[in-house]
Amino acid sequence: MSSVSLQNLEISYGNVAIVKSLDLTIQDGEFLVLLGPSGCGKSTLLSAIGGLVDVSGGRILFNDKDVTWADPKDRGIGMVFQSYALYPTMSVERNLSFGLRIAGIDRATIDKKVKWAAELLQITHLLDRKPSALSGGQRQRVAIGRALVRDADIFLFDEPLSNLDAKLRAELRLEIKKLHKTLKSTMIYVTHDQIEALTLADRIAVMKDGIIQQLDTPLNVYNKPANEFVGSFLGSPAMNKVEGQLVADGDRLVFTAGDFRLDASHYPFAQKVEGGRKAVLGLRPEHILPAKGDAQAIEGKVSLIEPMGSSILAWSNFDGVSLSHLVGQDDGCEADRTFPVTIDVQKASFFDVETGWRL
Amino acid sequence: MMSQAKSANASKRPLTYQEVWGRIGIYTFLGLLALFFLLPLYVMLVTSFKSMDEVRLGLIFSLPQHFSLDAWVKAWTSACTGLDCTGLQVGFGNSVKILVPSVVFSILFGALNGYALSFWKVKGANVLFACLLLGSFVPYQVFIYPLVRFYAQTGIYGSLPAIVITHIIFGMPVMTLLFRNYYSGLPVELFKAARIDGAGFWKIFISIVLPMSVPIAIVAVIMQVTAIWNDFLLGLVFAGRDNLPMTVQLNNIVNTTTGERAYNVNMAATVLTSLVPLTVYLVSGRWFVRGIASGAVKG
Amino acid sequence: MGAELSRHVKRNLVAYIALLPMAIVVIFAYLGTMAWSVRLSFSSSKLLPRYDFVGADQYLTLFDTPRWLTSLGNLAVIAFFFLLICFLLGTLLAIFIDQNVRAESLFRTVFLYPYAMSFVVAGLIWQWILNPDLGIQHTMHGFGFTDFVLDWVVNSEMVLYAVILATVWHGAGLVMALILAGLRGVDTEIWRATRIDGIPAWRVYVSIVLPMLRPMIITSLVLLSISIVKMYDVVVAMTNGGPGTASEVPAKFIMDNLFERANIGLATAASTVMLVTVLLVMAPVIYSQYFRKSGRAS
Ligand SMILES: Nc1ncnc2c1ncn2[C@@H]1O[C@H](COP(=O)(O)OP(=O)(O)OP(=O)(O)O)[C@@H](O)[C@H]1O
Ligand SMILES: [Mg+2]
Repeated sequence: MSSVSLQNLEISYGNVAIVKSLDLTIQDGEFLVLLGPSGCGKSTLLSAIGGLVDVSGGRILFNDKDVTWADPKDRGIGMVFQSYALYPTMSVERNLSFGLRIAGIDRATIDKKVKWAAELLQITHLLDRKPSALSGGQRQRVAIGRALVRDADIFLFDEPLSNLDAKLRAELRLEIKKLHKTLKSTMIYVTHDQIEALTLADRIAVMKDGIIQQLDTPLNVYNKPANEFVGSFLGSPAMNKVEGQLVADGDRLVFTAGDFRLDASHYPFAQKVEGGRKAVLGLRPEHILPAKGDAQAIEGKVSLIEPMGSSILAWSNFDGVSLSHLVGQDDGCEADRTFPVTIDVQKASFFDVETGWRL
Repeated sequence: MMSQAKSANASKRPLTYQEVWGRIGIYTFLGLLALFFLLPLYVMLVTSFKSMDEVRLGLIFSLPQHFSLDAWVKAWTSACTGLDCTGLQVGFGNSVKILVPSVVFSILFGALNGYALSFWKVKGANVLFACLLLGSFVPYQVFIYPLVRFYAQTGIYGSLPAIVITHIIFGMPVMTLLFRNYYSGLPVELFKAARIDGAGFWKIFISIVLPMSVPIAIVAVIMQVTAIWNDFLLGLVFAGRDNLPMTVQLNNIVNTTTGERAYNVNMAATVLTSLVPLTVYLVSGRWFVRGIASGAVKG
Repeated sequence: MGAELSRHVKRNLVAYIALLPMAIVVIFAYLGTMAWSVRLSFSSSKLLPRYDFVGADQYLTLFDTPRWLTSLGNLAVIAFFFLLICFLLGTLLAIFIDQNVRAESLFRTVFLYPYAMSFVVAGLIWQWILNPDLGIQHTMHGFGFTDFVLDWVVNSEMVLYAVILATVWHGAGLVMALILAGLRGVDTEIWRATRIDGIPAWRVYVSIVLPMLRPMIITSLVLLSISIVKMYDVVVAMTNGGPGTASEVPAKFIMDNLFERANIGLATAASTVMLVTVLLVMAPVIYSQYFRKSGRAS
């Protein structure tokens, strides 16, 4: 078991800084997901934790021990790669045991470990096969198995499921979660798939351009995005964004954008906001609800509907502002008609126009 | 103060002694072998710029003291094979005469065969192709005598057509393989679309397939130019006295001289003979490697 | 059935016609000549072909001819060392070049350029360098090391190694180029995985990477084997088979008997022996390399 602490970490390729003064502490036994768009430096950061990429500044501590320059094999880590990186000419059994053999561990121990990992991952019947004779999901299990047998305290996963189809992905996602429950090891998991992040993580670190934008529980990251980027990166269908102004109306704050008005007095502002402040309203489609005879209902003219199976995504115009919102199949929402909704302002987000940070 | 020094240290991975020695070892190994590989070229070049007096007295590895182009001129214009003293230029001309038609036709046949094999269904074509490939592994000596008899019968033995046909025959396996593999990688939909548009065998070949073949044709040219230029055996047997290629003439010049050997002339002649393939090699760069690899590995 | 076949041929008639030149080449220039060569090896042909039948006489004579036996032995020695050294040297060069060295393309160019030159050139130049009166030995004597001996080309004990040296110089770059291309194709994540597993680099090459490059290795060895079996030019240019018969090779034996000694029966018997050997050795390799994963046309 290990905690991981990154202090003021800098990583660059040549002169290009990829990760800039990053601080991050991962608790013992935590499942942390690094989430971010392609190219933001997730893999780079993970590789640095694994010792595969040299850092150009800062420190990496495992259990308060400085491992910044330790050899990857001495860090007590297991790593699972996106392309699986199985040794193609070796059988599954050898793939699992090769590192242990090199380390000079005795045969009996190796066999025991391989057997344990194979049973845990249900690949016992595949032990004699070559990787080329395995399906994608089976290969991924073997790759996880190879990390398991190493007695690692920390597991690093670099988009392990991104080469699999949707169904298999959901299956293996569940298994990784179970595995974490069983092993209780620290796991750091890189993905750009928000569903994976939201379902697996104890905490999510959302990254952009090598900088952590928000580090919080999945619920908080989703409901209280720290900035505009996080708000729009998570969530499907995407968050509505409306640029406008917060104006004082008596002792209340009201958000206005043209003719559009929204009472913001129940919004939990993180800081004191003066009237007249420019702001971006972020509204998730599921937080605009069909009005069931509510007093504060506002009417919108529906321009387009997109059936999404269980619900319908409707695009409506509210006083000159176009918003997408979710309606049930039986709510009677039709294109070119008006439709009343209520907006749950407590679940909305306001961001500063300039900085994009949450107000 | 302390912590500053420490962080400065940390920003650069300290190279271990082992790593430093490893680097030194790598460059030493590569450098020594590079010298070994370059040695012949160096010897040829320095000797070819020396006068015969200097060659006689000096050492083969030393630089020329009096830089002279005489040996090159002599090799090109007046080096002797037996009694015939017209220099390598004759062989050069012959090699070009052999090279051009051989390269053009062997590539055309290769492209045509490859196209027919990979896009059309011809019964027995794969068996033929297998035999052709197998044939490319068999030493030429097996085929030579019957071919000699055959050319003699048809009256073309020892002529330009004989050597060109021979090069086409022996270039066919690798050229066909090259183009077949390349065409197998092209999307078959292209071919199907053209057929639906009503294009026939030749129309598809000329308007669609050939224009897409430029990259592989470059590889083919590189391979055939080097192979045919460097050929010795076939030219010796089939080209006839009047068309002996440069390699054969070179060997004759070098190995039949009587009296004192003119090493400077011989080496100049050797460099001259290598000039064409060397230029092709240096200009083509990675394409040359691609040729080696794609001609041999199933793509 | 017959109607179907003729319909198929009619639909694809042009393709059949287009493949005619290839068919002619295969049937006459390859198979026909092969058959004829084999046929002549059972005749008593001397200067001109004769179509009598003398059974295995030529073969018995052949294996009673010391020069032929020497050639075979020489070829075995040359082929063994040539393939072994080319493989080791080429692989080492590729691995060293793959260590992120500076001037990589310069090294690559230098190690492969001999392969672009003709065997005649390779033979001639090494003959000069190894010539005791001109090359290395002469130079060492010039420096005062008068006991220094390097007389491989004129020493019948060592002449084979001179030939091996020239051919290795010519061919090692091929292995280097093919293996280097293969090394570049190895997924970087495999390398990372081995670092996590703590496998030393040399062990990664031996146990993981080189086994992955098996196809490249086989290809390069096949290419080199073909060139070594056909080996003729380099010997003619370097030693002309000498001193004595110390560097005779089968290809040269055949050529001499065809064109100088006017012994066609013996020459064709020898070429048949080579043919059979090559087919026996090569057939499985060709099959596995080229036909196991058959192309689309099949
Ligand atoms: N070896 C390298 N040399 C130079 N730049 C690199 C190298 N590897 C990655 N980069 C750059 O570093 C940045 C971060 O790359 P990284 O692989 O960490 O992204 P990522 O977040 O994992 O993206 P993805 O989701 O696509 O895997 C990218 O802009 C990439 O171009
Ligand atoms: Mg990545």
